[in-house]
Amino acid sequence: MNFTFSEEQLLIRDAAERYFREAGGPEIRRRHQALIGGFCPETWAAFADMGWLALGIPEVFGGIGGGGVETAILMEAMGRGLSVQPYLATVGLAAWAVSHGAPPDLAAAVLPRVAAGELILSFAHLEPGMRHDLDRVACRAVADGGAFRLTGEKVLAPFGGQAVMTVVAARTAGAPGETQGLTLFLIDVDAPGLTLRDHATVDDLRAATLVLDDVPVPAERILGEVDDGHGLLSAAVDRGAALLAAEATGLMAALVDGTVGYLKQRRQFDRPLSAFQALQHRLTEMYLETELTRSLVYMAAVRIDGDDPQAAARAVAQAKAKTGQAGRLVGQEAVQLHGGMGVTDEMAVGHYFKRLTMIDQALGDRAHHLERLAAAPD
Amino acid sequence: MDLTLTAEERAFRAEVRAFLRANIPAETKRKVDLGLPLVKDDYVVWQKILYARGWIAPTWPKEHGGPGWSPIQRYLFDEELAAASSPRLITFGLKMLGPVLIEFGTEAQKARFLPRILASDDWWCQGYSEPGAGSDLAALTTRAVPDDDDYIVNGQKTWTTLAQYADWMFCLVRTSNEAKKQAGISFLLIDMTTPGVTVRPIRMLDGGVEINDVFLEDVRVPKENLVGAENDGWTVAKFLLTRERFGIAGVARSKVQMARVRDIAAKELKGGCPLIEDARFRERLAEVEIDLTALEMTELRLLSEEAAGRPPGPESSILKLKGTEVQQAITELLLDACGINGHALDPDLIDGLARTDGANLVPLVPEHAATVAGHYFNWRKASIYGGSNEVQRNIIAKAILGL
Repeated sequence: MNFTFSEEQLLIRDAAERYFREAGGPEIRRRHQALIGGFCPETWAAFADMGWLALGIPEVFGGIGGGGVETAILMEAMGRGLSVQPYLATVGLAAWAVSHGAPPDLAAAVLPRVAAGELILSFAHLEPGMRHDLDRVACRAVADGGAFRLTGEKVLAPFGGQAVMTVVAARTAGAPGETQGLTLFLIDVDAPGLTLRDHATVDDLRAATLVLDDVPVPAERILGEVDDGHGLLSAAVDRGAALLAAEATGLMAALVDGTVGYLKQRRQFDRPLSAFQALQHRLTEMYLETELTRSLVYMAAVRIDGDDPQAAARAVAQAKAKTGQAGRLVGQEAVQLHGGMGVTDEMAVGHYFKRLTMIDQALGDRAHHLERLAAAPD
Repeated sequence: MDLTLTAEERAFRAEVRAFLRANIPAETKRKVDLGLPLVKDDYVVWQKILYARGWIAPTWPKEHGGPGWSPIQRYLFDEELAAASSPRLITFGLKMLGPVLIEFGTEAQKARFLPRILASDDWWCQGYSEPGAGSDLAALTTRAVPDDDDYIVNGQKTWTTLAQYADWMFCLVRTSNEAKKQAGISFLLIDMTTPGVTVRPIRMLDGGVEINDVFLEDVRVPKENLVGAENDGWTVAKFLLTRERFGIAGVARSKVQMARVRDIAAKELKGGCPLIEDARFRERLAEVEIDLTALEMTELRLLSEEAAGRPPGPESSILKLKGTEVQQAITELLLDACGINGHALDPDLIDGLARTDGANLVPLVPEHAATVAGHYFNWRKASIYGGSNEVQRNIIAKAILGL
């Protein structure tokens, strides 16, 4: 047993932290948001050069292997750097599902291009009214010879408007509320019958609503088994949740550092605010909660690559539920301790706060994951 | 990063588990399982068993009688101790004074005291707090005045845990008022049988006696019992406090207590069904388990750092602070799980009399509920002792956040 980073992992962490010290933060974020598509293709190419887009992709498909811990390290650095790139959607969710579910020909056609930075992928599993319950997918996939035709509505597909392909969860059998009958497909975003609406999110990322009207999908584009896609879907979503929790840890750490810096510099009553014990103790709580969250995040990052799916699901639920609670505390306290400046768009703190807040709403909120833990057998 | 045990670690755990389970005295185990009060012999007999096996002082260097275990092996040993229903090992000699003497003691002091600490022949207590020196420990006023080869000590110590059993007390005393208050403190070893030492028990909220006042009146202490230099006791005290904080997280014991919560919740009813099936109660369990797991993983991070040659500094304050918060949250779960069954006071049951004298064959409350309220009341101490959690926050603010 050893719960420290390996030499290789430390190299990844140091490189990522160095990169985002230069190329991260709210100013860069604002500039990237303003670009067409809401993200920066040069930055994406830089990610590819550093090998970050090849992480988790098997070497036979142009990847460099590596797993949950390495990806979590990057996501934590991206959180600190307030990155707006479609990393989670492409690498964390969709490429992982392709790696683990696609037939070899499809994997060989898609994954090397992802690793090279040529292909952005999205992940469209959510539907209106579904909240966080994966078995509530209602989008229909009707067999048509060997192929399928998809009809339904998908919401909040991350960077769906920038992606070339997207994973779609649809129902080949059964009814909403049943785990059986789900199938994952990899579809082209410009497929006939697909209408896409690209939009911003409140935390300054991009997402898309997809309306599918009898969209044809060939059989070669099926990921995993027909009717049996719930396992693959929930494993992908759990992996994404662990990675989001890693991003949240980076955001929280940045908020702790930023608030420490602000309190040292801001003077009231002829003293720096950092001299007030009431404020010191609140910052201490922010720090403690961040560290506890980080411990759970890396436990989850280790477990999602392990051979015990129940332990993995439990670890992810614990990490994500903790992220929800700690993220609220750290975000709200950071804004409060910044005083009036904290509620302006000018200060960095608000941008971190917004992203941190919306991470709780994504891929299972605190209530959802607590419910999972409570429902699991003892 | 690897959270699975190596083959060697699994073998080590199996060996420890087999020995502890085979050798823990049955009556001691029963008392620990039910949270019943322990007496001196319960501790000493068990510690001597561990001593005979060579496992009594996992943190000590091998040349002084430690087993030479890695940080991960120490963690596994703690897990197995708790799982075997071991009483808490009395820390004053083993975890506090022992390491202090190894670091600061003279050869004569080491030779005289260390073997008796290992063998549990001496019971040590800690003379730190005073009526006017709690969190502000350096404000202590107990005086030690040189007199030939002795010091004459006068003053009062308080909150002295299990002093009623103690043969010896390590004590902070004031030897100078010249410089700033931290600079005039010395670290002294006092024989509790010395004339002028009086121990007065203080009854706690659960009715038990574990803390005491210790009055020191013209107590003659040989100068050879000074540890470290005169007026340099603060250095020794700080070293000891960081030791005290490590392991204070109590993760292994909290895991066992969580299992106890589940057991009790399976016996208690709500709406005619076992409480353990209640969704809201289960979410509360899940929340506490999240923080307990986070604490365990944080401890593993720090232990792994230590194994890689980077011993923890002020980060150990995280473990004290969050560890005691989790422990207290579990005492609340135990109290709430027992509900009205925890309300009646049944001293016979707590003292174990119900089984022996026949006069009270019908216990007032279920056995599992007898001590939960007392335990809850008693355990409010955890966030106060060992440097109160507010003091830990001050340490983190200053030493980690640089405020």
